[in-house]
Amino acid sequence: MDQKQPPKSKYTPQDILNRADALQRQMEFSFRDSIIQSTYAEAEKLSKDAVRQKGDALQTWGDRFDRIITNPFTGLPLMGLGLATVIWITIAGANYPSQWIFNFLFWLGDLAKNLFVMMGAPWWLTGFIWDGVYRGLAWVVAVMLPPMAIFFPMFTILEDLGFLPRISFNMDWLFKIAGAHGKQALTMTMGFGCNAAGVTACRIIDSPRERLIAILTNNFVPCNGRFPTLIMLATLFVAAGFQGLASSLIAAGAVVLVVMIGVMFTLLVSALLSRTVLKGEPSSFSLELPPYRKPDIIRIFYTSTVERTLFVLWRAITMAAPCGGIIWLFSNLHISGKSLSLWASQALQPLGHAIGLDGVILLAYIIAIPANEIVVPTILMVYSNADKMVDLATMDQLKALLIDQQGWTLLTAINLMLFSLLHNPCSTAIWTIYSETKSLKWTVVGTLMPLSIAFLVTFIVAQSLRVLGWF
Amino acid sequence: MEPQNKQIKVSSQQKAEEPISSACERCPLAVQRFGIDLEKWDYIVALAGNPNTGKSTLFNALTGLRQHTGNWPGKTVARAEGGFGYQDKKYKIVDLPGTYSLLSASVDEEIARDFILFGKPDCTLVVVDSTCLERNLNLVLQVMEITDKVVVVANLMDEARRRGIEVNYRRLGENLGVPVIPAAAAKGEGISEILKAIHDMVMGTTHTTPHRIASEGPLKEAVDELTDMIEKTYPGIPNARWIAMRLLDGDQKVRETLANGDLAQLTQGQVKTRESVDLDV
Repeated sequence: MDQKQPPKSKYTPQDILNRADALQRQMEFSFRDSIIQSTYAEAEKLSKDAVRQKGDALQTWGDRFDRIITNPFTGLPLMGLGLATVIWITIAGANYPSQWIFNFLFWLGDLAKNLFVMMGAPWWLTGFIWDGVYRGLAWVVAVMLPPMAIFFPMFTILEDLGFLPRISFNMDWLFKIAGAHGKQALTMTMGFGCNAAGVTACRIIDSPRERLIAILTNNFVPCNGRFPTLIMLATLFVAAGFQGLASSLIAAGAVVLVVMIGVMFTLLVSALLSRTVLKGEPSSFSLELPPYRKPDIIRIFYTSTVERTLFVLWRAITMAAPCGGIIWLFSNLHISGKSLSLWASQALQPLGHAIGLDGVILLAYIIAIPANEIVVPTILMVYSNADKMVDLATMDQLKALLIDQQGWTLLTAINLMLFSLLHNPCSTAIWTIYSETKSLKWTVVGTLMPLSIAFLVTFIVAQSLRVLGWF
Repeated sequence: MEPQNKQIKVSSQQKAEEPISSACERCPLAVQRFGIDLEKWDYIVALAGNPNTGKSTLFNALTGLRQHTGNWPGKTVARAEGGFGYQDKKYKIVDLPGTYSLLSASVDEEIARDFILFGKPDCTLVVVDSTCLERNLNLVLQVMEITDKVVVVANLMDEARRRGIEVNYRRLGENLGVPVIPAAAAKGEGISEILKAIHDMVMGTTHTTPHRIASEGPLKEAVDELTDMIEKTYPGIPNARWIAMRLLDGDQKVRETLANGDLAQLTQGQVKTRESVDLDV
């Protein structure tokens, strides 16, 4: 037992430190916890003594709503329901506009192509521009614009209302268990828009350790570039055989499930990191739930269309155009009688098959590193170019190509969704990780760790389903 | 927000990135009287408080500046400094980042804490939201651990009244042991009382007996014992109690400084400003 220091008139610094340590050890709780508890207790006492509520407390509708939305039992399920609704509205609302844009842009492309042929342009120029670059662009616009134009305004309204801190509030305990910062939920929601933005948002986390965890795991939230891929796969495969409302509901359910898996991996990997290479205690913080604010329509319109939709779309377009050209070249440059894309996809085939995908899909992922949003267009272009132009104007034709000609199964769809969710960040996000961490090491970890997880998970799923004899 | 009280003479300087010209064009008279010469202030006033309590509104009301209000934690807001004159004395007022506590290690909290600790403000105003006093009092209690020269501004009293919340400001002041001034800064209510409270504080006519957190039980014994050891070893040291608490909390920085025998550095340490902190942003 520690002996109390005999009273002296002067001590050495070491005396003081030793005594501080001894006093610390004697305490039942940590000093900080005791101080915080004591502060709260005092504040409560002081306030009780001086404050009196006359009549009933004025309850704003926001207060009442908060009681339900931040309730430990109803909060998270309600927010899950809210997310599902947002995704469902996006899927149901984007379906027809996507088709219209698709039809229009492809009609326009064919028109221009014929014009080129009539004018006697060389076949390779016509092919490169209209079958390569233009098709890539048309695909990206048709697949991405409608969902984004619906999703981003809803997201911005929720942000403006003051909803995001409440998500953080409800998820705090989960992140605490994972040894991460509660504000990581905020950075996660920003990641829905764009992972690069999500990584930047991690600045709100002060502790370098927890900030790094948030940066490294942000990728597990599917960004808007990956949403259309998930939506398309869910609609085509998971909701296959259903019509109308049932189809969109089931598709939304599948996408929500994928998002949940993403959140699960965020927490799992955070927990793993905070117990291994990034050891430490989660730091405490206070988070104010701001009063609900009436959203400003003009600001929402501006933010969601100009800053978000057009920004992301423009980035996708600038990435899709060169990729479309590259794919066309890959499909039309032949070596020993085989096109480059055939060579490449055949080389990747064994690896692709092992994880329930195929060589073309992996090739598409390599070509699409600059932007995740063009993975599916790339896959389709490689398929269709190899098969001498398949018209993909309708979902049925798309399905025919994937299922009948390329042998896609439900396993392919499931694993493609999982791979899309878990694989490496796009080049913009990778660059953002570097500029935020200023560390080559963590950038490499942030890139390769998700990629390895994606391979591992899809491998396990593919192999176990095959062993079960389902595929 | 133009100051309503005729006694306030306003001069202004803002060390933020934002241009100050527009603010000074609106107060040409005051600039003529003082010039933008903040090297020659008589007293320093620190402005602390939770976010969204109207701190910046009060800052603007006192200085005539137009600092941007409304922020959310993490968004970098430049630390603002301004000046005002009252009863022939010149004051520099420093608007600290809004924080809920001074305990955890966030950059904002560190800036606020270090300024109150090392910036040697002659008076620290803690702005609290009268509609949710309990939560706001946590910060008041923590500030009072560091300094005795505290004036609490109970802002948003009009909103509290509207919600049927009756606050006995006098009683609160008695229990806290520091002056409590009710105010509605957005409407200019209470500004002159705040100025008088600042004046009385810096002149030394106000005697405070700050309510301490660890005022009973084993916590008090531990803090008292260590404080006593520090005071005996370093006679005349200010903030001995704060150092004791930091040591008990295991603050590595304070431990090292003490072990180096360079405790003077702790009490006369440089004030961290937003400019000097590497925010890595």
